[in-house]
Amino acid sequence: MKLTLAALATTMMVATPALADLIVPNMSYRTGPYAANGIPYADGFADYFTLLNERDGGIGGQLVQVPECETAYNTEKGVECYESLRTQNPLVLNPLSTGITYQLIPRISQDGIPLYTPGYGRTSAKDGSVFEWVFNAPANYWDGASVAVKHILEQEGGDLSGKKIALVYHNSAYGKEPIRTLEELSEKHGFELNLLPVDAPGQEQKSQWLQIRRDRPDYVIMYAWGVMNQVAIQEAVNIRFPMDKFIGIWWSGSENDVRAAGAGADGYKALTFHGVGRDYPLYDDLQQYVYDAGKAAGAGDQAGSVLYSRGAYAALVIAEAIAKAQELAGTPEITPAQMRDGFEALEITAERMAELGLPDFGAPIALSCQNHGGDGLARVQQWNAGEGSWSLITDFIEPDAEILDPLVQEDSAAYAAEAGLTARCN
Amino acid sequence: MIYREAGDFKTSYRDDSQTFPIRLDRWGYYAILAVAFGIIPFVINDYWANAVLVPFLIYAIAAMGLNILTGYAGQVSLGTGGFMAVGAYAVYKLMTAFPDVSIAIHVLLAGLITAAVGVLFGLPSLRIKGFYLAVATLAAQFFLVWLFNKVPWFYNYSASGQITAPTRTVFDQAVTGPAASAPAKYLVCLVFAFALAWLARNLTRGSLGRKWMAIRDMDIAAEIIGVNPLRAKLSAFAVSSFFVGIAGALLFAVYLGAAEVGEAFGINKSFLVLFMIIIGGLGSIFGSFAGAAFLVLLPVLLKNTLVGTLGWPTDLAAHIELMIVGALIVTFLIVEPHGLARLWRLAKDKLRLWPFPH
Repeated sequence: MKLTLAALATTMMVATPALADLIVPNMSYRTGPYAANGIPYADGFADYFTLLNERDGGIGGQLVQVPECETAYNTEKGVECYESLRTQNPLVLNPLSTGITYQLIPRISQDGIPLYTPGYGRTSAKDGSVFEWVFNAPANYWDGASVAVKHILEQEGGDLSGKKIALVYHNSAYGKEPIRTLEELSEKHGFELNLLPVDAPGQEQKSQWLQIRRDRPDYVIMYAWGVMNQVAIQEAVNIRFPMDKFIGIWWSGSENDVRAAGAGADGYKALTFHGVGRDYPLYDDLQQYVYDAGKAAGAGDQAGSVLYSRGAYAALVIAEAIAKAQELAGTPEITPAQMRDGFEALEITAERMAELGLPDFGAPIALSCQNHGGDGLARVQQWNAGEGSWSLITDFIEPDAEILDPLVQEDSAAYAAEAGLTARCN
Repeated sequence: MIYREAGDFKTSYRDDSQTFPIRLDRWGYYAILAVAFGIIPFVINDYWANAVLVPFLIYAIAAMGLNILTGYAGQVSLGTGGFMAVGAYAVYKLMTAFPDVSIAIHVLLAGLITAAVGVLFGLPSLRIKGFYLAVATLAAQFFLVWLFNKVPWFYNYSASGQITAPTRTVFDQAVTGPAASAPAKYLVCLVFAFALAWLARNLTRGSLGRKWMAIRDMDIAAEIIGVNPLRAKLSAFAVSSFFVGIAGALLFAVYLGAAEVGEAFGINKSFLVLFMIIIGGLGSIFGSFAGAAFLVLLPVLLKNTLVGTLGWPTDLAAHIELMIVGALIVTFLIVEPHGLARLWRLAKDKLRLWPFPH
């Protein structure tokens, strides 16, 4: 026991990196029930920073270090990762888990480390006047729910009264997030909402799909992750649910999720807040500096997949925020507090995206002290099983701010009251 | 030669029946207590508290609780995760309803609430035994997790169903919430672990523990010699659930800070604690600590060695870590089916004869 502790102490001392570099940890999960989704995301995240280091010599002349920590999507391992990463003085954390995000929000607020949770985490963190250290641009769960309903409205010619929409969700903080929004939306548009929770990890959902078969909802919206995606899509194929009426959130729309169901999954729709595929100039650089140089993260076989693109996109937004922070601070060696200022002044225009080699990849992002969540634009992609690829079928759709803004206000005010915070940004 | 009874004369019955009759054991015990209370709080940092010692102490409490039920009273339980959830949600409701009361009192009350729930789910043990009882407690596990997911009152109607521990204090020192310092968290867990270990040790040495062991060894014989099975079994469920409830309350409030019932208190947690007592040793307080150390500290140590020192990829390290821990569990169970506590006892027996074994 004492020997164990002594060995632990020595290993911890060895693990400290050089201080001068920019530290952007990669809290990944390459093992466990969510590994199939965690691996491409982690690879994309790491590869983008490798590209910056190899091509541009880092950001502002500072190399970016991406220490990886395995969370296995488990909150206890998440705590361990947070504590061990914190000793390395990170600029920003991206845990890719809503459960870990909820756990980290009070801690990072206390310790002053920005948390970037694109497309996941606590929705009301969009309100920067309460959540000083949390950023969730470009879109969040409630935006997703609203965009999905808007897409359905479009399909139905603008009238949803008397329609039935079922929500199949991961029975966790993540899956429960959109319920409030969908309830409000169902009141506004007059559709009937059925809630069908699936317990984690989601391998068993026969009864939920039996219920769908019996109730015959007009549309199914899904908030799932990991193995639950594949099982749900397979079950939907089994009961012959029309695939073009089955819409997943962006976490339910990767190649891994649909491939298992084969041709039956053709036409399945999912939201996304960025482009897919390798058809962007950025991939030429990635090929030259990263893949051909043998520096790709992981097995190097994920390039261009949906979640790889998302990981790279998260890295891109972080890199832009670092550059902004360096510009504001006037020094390349920035602190986490300066990093927050960089995020709050972040502006990524369509021209800038084209300059970065990703034209028409993501919607423009402009953040401020109040707005930590961007505009929440998302588009719909559809799976083509024959070609084995996703194609974008709509332009960016704007969420229903009339419904969402009061909800965000309400939830962040509740958090502020609970945590005893006063609003900033005045 | 050094470790021996010879020359250590006892002049009273009290001395003779003390917990550590051998002088070296006693000194070791005092030395560990002195280090744990006197030195560690002054040198501990956040990593050591949050990633190593706090989870170790909390799981040791949970393992002691399950050991009382399964190791001493012989009632197999797979409901530990569910009972930990009762403790966690009880402490959450208490700390949000009565914010000015010391968190230590809330944790104790949460333990008592869990004890009551434990007795309720222990009732079937009067009729069924062995595997069938395991299935009945498994039902408790699933029912309790479902309940805390289903009824919004338990999580104060929060949108996501997450419970988050606000800042609460003991003697004006923040123990829960983000402002809590490492020594405060560690000391609160240590005091609970120490007090509960002392309680467990003395309960199991006394008449109640003897009744539990009589029931475990042969319930009909125990009944014939005058042990009331109703009282013995239900008291085992109550005391065990009290321990497990406190562990759940501390796990949520002090260690995790935020929890979601399905993820933090699922069936995996029940198995984890069960493995702890099987590896540590059934019917042993030391075994509860050893088992918790094995399953909490070893993965952290392996992770730091493989990733931190050797620089392996994290996924490879995580898989190897599972294989090493798994292989060690199998090896231990083959070499010593009675767990680490038995190994420890054998080592001590050998030490007594060293260096002149017969």
